[in-house]
Amino acid sequence: MASHPNRISRFNIASLALGLAFLYLPIAILVIYSFNGSRLVTVWGGWSLRWYHEFFGDRAMIDAAWMSFRVAASSATIATLLGTLAAVALSRGERFKGRTLFSGMLYAPLVMPEVITGLSLLLLFVAVNAERGFWTVTIAHTTLTLCFVAVVVQSRLGSLDRSLEEAAMDLGCDPVRAFLAVTLPLIWPAIIAGWMLAFTLSLDDLVIASFTTGPGSETLPIRIYSEVRLGVKPEINAICTLVIGLIAVVIVVASLATKLSSAQAKSAAPL
Amino acid sequence: MSVRRIFARPARFAVIAPYLWMVLFFLVPFGFVLKISLSQTAIAQPPYVPVFELTQGAAAIKAAFAALSLDNFRLLVSDDLYVLSYLRSLVVAGVSTSILLLIGYPIAYGMARLPRRWQSVAMMLVIVPFWTSFLIRIYAWINILQHDGLLNKILLALHLVSTPVVWLSTDSAMYLGIVYSYLPFMILPLYATLAKMDPALLEAASDLGASPGRAFWLVTFPLSLPGVLAGVLLCFIPITGEFVIPDLLAGSDSLMIGQTLWLEFFTNKDWPVASAAAVLLLVLLLAPLLFYDRLQRRQLEGTR
Repeated sequence: MASHPNRISRFNIASLALGLAFLYLPIAILVIYSFNGSRLVTVWGGWSLRWYHEFFGDRAMIDAAWMSFRVAASSATIATLLGTLAAVALSRGERFKGRTLFSGMLYAPLVMPEVITGLSLLLLFVAVNAERGFWTVTIAHTTLTLCFVAVVVQSRLGSLDRSLEEAAMDLGCDPVRAFLAVTLPLIWPAIIAGWMLAFTLSLDDLVIASFTTGPGSETLPIRIYSEVRLGVKPEINAICTLVIGLIAVVIVVASLATKLSSAQAKSAAPL
Repeated sequence: MSVRRIFARPARFAVIAPYLWMVLFFLVPFGFVLKISLSQTAIAQPPYVPVFELTQGAAAIKAAFAALSLDNFRLLVSDDLYVLSYLRSLVVAGVSTSILLLIGYPIAYGMARLPRRWQSVAMMLVIVPFWTSFLIRIYAWINILQHDGLLNKILLALHLVSTPVVWLSTDSAMYLGIVYSYLPFMILPLYATLAKMDPALLEAASDLGASPGRAFWLVTFPLSLPGVLAGVLLCFIPITGEFVIPDLLAGSDSLMIGQTLWLEFFTNKDWPVASAAAVLLLVLLLAPLLFYDRLQRRQLEGTR
């Protein structure tokens, strides 16, 4: 073994396998228990779709899910637009005034504790007397997710061969045309992946939505959270499984999109 | 070079919309947090006394500045409750980040050793949970950890314990939840630096007589330090302000600052104190935040 220092060892495989098991087992257990026929969450009562029926009969839960879906779709769309523009500006623009401030504002929300982001946005909405509900949550989620989109698109732009754009301009394209004809098709997969990431982040968020929403417009995580605080309910297992299913579809689409782009862009996609 | 020059002008226009958006919805709101943290609590809607209204002219502004008060901050640093929750946040974030590094490193190392083809599969598998809802993943653990949950059942069946162990509402459950939720954030930057390493370096070390362990500590680990740093910051900063995980998994006898802030805001409706808590949390995290910002900028923009 010492003669092949780069060969994968048993220890490498074991830590990888254990790590993946740790990541996936709890989710797998949750999905399995969502098909449990028993009312007691912990007793197995045979396979059943009963909790899914329960969910589809739960008006408040359906409303919350619909609200979350609308917020996620709209905020992801606005965020993708703004985030792509930001990425283009940072990777193609020259030094402009306030560039450091701009990139700082783009990278900080990636790690900023959500309680701070949520509280500060709420105080803004209160100060301007905005009616809290769909739009305030959408704006809040756009602010958070556009940063993720910008990072994903920017890393793709960074790995792009500049000579292609140069060639387009040598052939007489103006910069905007060169961007639309050459660059945009090449970064398209990253833009799609960015949208998907923004969509799932919005669908997932509890803290920022709790601060910025108003009475009567609950998102799904807020609803789930208030149920979970009261204890484990089998219906929640079913809802969570549905959300996981939706996200799985999103991931498959996003990974097909990134597969079209180079492996290098893919390695930067998650952050 | 010419491309950059020609692109510069349209790119400058591209920046306008996202720039304005971030100033309006990220920077300006901090101003409001600061302003309200300096104002007095009131039983009203919204529950604070406005510090100043620009519409009332210069005299009013001057009067308002005189009324600014640091009372909320004085309260925060003098009351044990707040001081303890700041300390607890730092301790929890420090301990969890260390555990994450200890667990995440071997996993990332294993990934980087896989054949190329399998690396992208493994990476996909690590990313997927990152896309899955945070809340759902915590909820999955509540299912397992509850009194008559799967974990206790297994422990009882194996006769490792004779009575069900209380897992929920304990610090161990909270650490488990945090490590579980943040593991992808630790693995991915580590993997990114480890995968870029030249395998010839380890061969050289081995040819020169270094044992695998020595080669690891002398070659691999020092070279992976940028990834270690990125992973540590990516975990430490958000964990310090974490709310959901301690709220659902830890006991309620000692709170993290995120919980205290939430409590002041939603339960006590004391917006000024909540804002002051947010300002202090931000100050606490300023150094790691700036550090992270520099790292991110170097990584994304350093190619030029």
